[in-house]
Amino acid sequence: MHPALSVIFLTTLIGAGQGLFIALFFCELLAPTATTPGFLAGGSALVLLLCGAGLIASFFHLGHPERAWRAATMWRTSWLSREVIALPAFMAAAFAYGVAHWSGAGHTLLIGVVGVLLALTLFICTAMIYAAIKVLKEWAHPLTPVNFILLGSASGMTLAAAYAGFAAPELTTALAQAAVVLTSLALLTRGAALVRNARLSPASTLQTAIGIRHPRIVQKAQGAMGGSYNTREFFHGKSANFVRTIVPVFLVLTFFVPLALVFSLPLLAFLAQYGGLMAERWYFFAEARHPQNLYYQGKS
Amino acid sequence: MTQLALVIDLNVCVGCHACVTNCKQWNTSGAAGSLTDCNPYEAEPNGTFFNRVQTFEVGSFPNTETVHFPKSCLHCEDPACVPVCPTGASYKRKEDGIVLVDYDKCIGCKYCSWACPYGVREFDEQRKVMTKCTLCVDRIYDQSLPEERRKPSCVLACPPGARLFGDVHDPESEVSVAIRERGGYVLMPEANTKPANHYLPRRKTALKIRDEELYRSDNPHKIDGAPFDKDLPPTNEELN
Repeated sequence: MHPALSVIFLTTLIGAGQGLFIALFFCELLAPTATTPGFLAGGSALVLLLCGAGLIASFFHLGHPERAWRAATMWRTSWLSREVIALPAFMAAAFAYGVAHWSGAGHTLLIGVVGVLLALTLFICTAMIYAAIKVLKEWAHPLTPVNFILLGSASGMTLAAAYAGFAAPELTTALAQAAVVLTSLALLTRGAALVRNARLSPASTLQTAIGIRHPRIVQKAQGAMGGSYNTREFFHGKSANFVRTIVPVFLVLTFFVPLALVFSLPLLAFLAQYGGLMAERWYFFAEARHPQNLYYQGKS
Repeated sequence: MTQLALVIDLNVCVGCHACVTNCKQWNTSGAAGSLTDCNPYEAEPNGTFFNRVQTFEVGSFPNTETVHFPKSCLHCEDPACVPVCPTGASYKRKEDGIVLVDYDKCIGCKYCSWACPYGVREFDEQRKVMTKCTLCVDRIYDQSLPEERRKPSCVLACPPGARLFGDVHDPESEVSVAIRERGGYVLMPEANTKPANHYLPRRKTALKIRDEELYRSDNPHKIDGAPFDKDLPPTNEELN
């Protein structure tokens, strides 16, 4: 698949935002004396900033962004539609949580619980957009939602540690410890997905694609001279070498650099982890081999 | 329940691309707007097509065969592209099973094209909506056309008649008989989308003559082509 920059930004930005919100909620729940309303309200603003940026990025993926409201209609069948509902709902909860702390209106834990549930729902909706596509075997697996939840939570927790470094220093160590746990867990599950996908054998072959049982079939013409939507949307367009290089890059940046730096330089740890997640998301798309590519042998 | 579909005979298709050009001509001239062409007279010409013909070579030289393979939406009975659509722009018509896109509702998120295993949906780069084969829904019901012309453009254009059109749920229709009697098959059955369009396989035309068929009943003593043998006893026919 072709990794679209808009979708890479959307999924990584809102993932970090959701993770940060979960981190803020647990700060308030577990260390009520160390958290100030200013810290939590400022954190909620950061959550809204990240999710808002992700939302804006998502519009660049659409051919007709002015019709985006229509995407909320088919929530009964489409995970994309569910995400379109869950993202603003989560942002509304984060806004209410921040306002409740800032104004001292109370009921913050209740709003926080709703927000955390919406954050988890949003993680699942985002991940299921990919995991629900049965023909993309690399994505159609429970590890996909698990990875979205853990990677988003880990980056949000690292960001929370960095934010606490400025706004609530006494929480930094605890948040950094939580970030280490989540990053390590994410390393395990993302690694499991890498191993699984490396061993996958495609369900479809050129033989089943055109229905001719012969071991040697060579494509001579693709039906278009200058390429088509099929050759643009479903191929990453980079060399195999480039794709192979991305894996160690995202493993180091997403997992090992933050694990090493989160206690000493949490902001740098977050920036490295965010960059790593962008590479991780790029690879997530690039490694998915769409069966339609069988009809475009000259390209693959 | 009616399920309209195409049946494409790979044994007949000569790869002339007449179906491609007629499809483009009809669908670019319709009320739904033109099918984009980018750089049509320059390097790397490309554009939106609902139907394409690809060519494959099967086997190793000298035992090779060229197979021309027309590829368009298969109007699946369980289409993967429809439930994923967030706006309901992609839908399957109950009355005739045609899978269509409502261009006024499509937001151009391309999600449907990811879900389709066949790569038969094409995003139009100028109209910014997803497009696909409509089975020429705007002409197959057109009462102003004579009845024999109420067929998809690709079917009407095909010079050797490799494309059949009809209701695959009606067991007596031309397409159902062709699928049944000429080994019709679907693409990627493992994707479980139950394509309505079927393909008819390549067939070798060969005359097989067994040895005993050379020994003719009206000439029982001689194998065809062998010289007359006067030492053989006369047959009943010769005696009478």
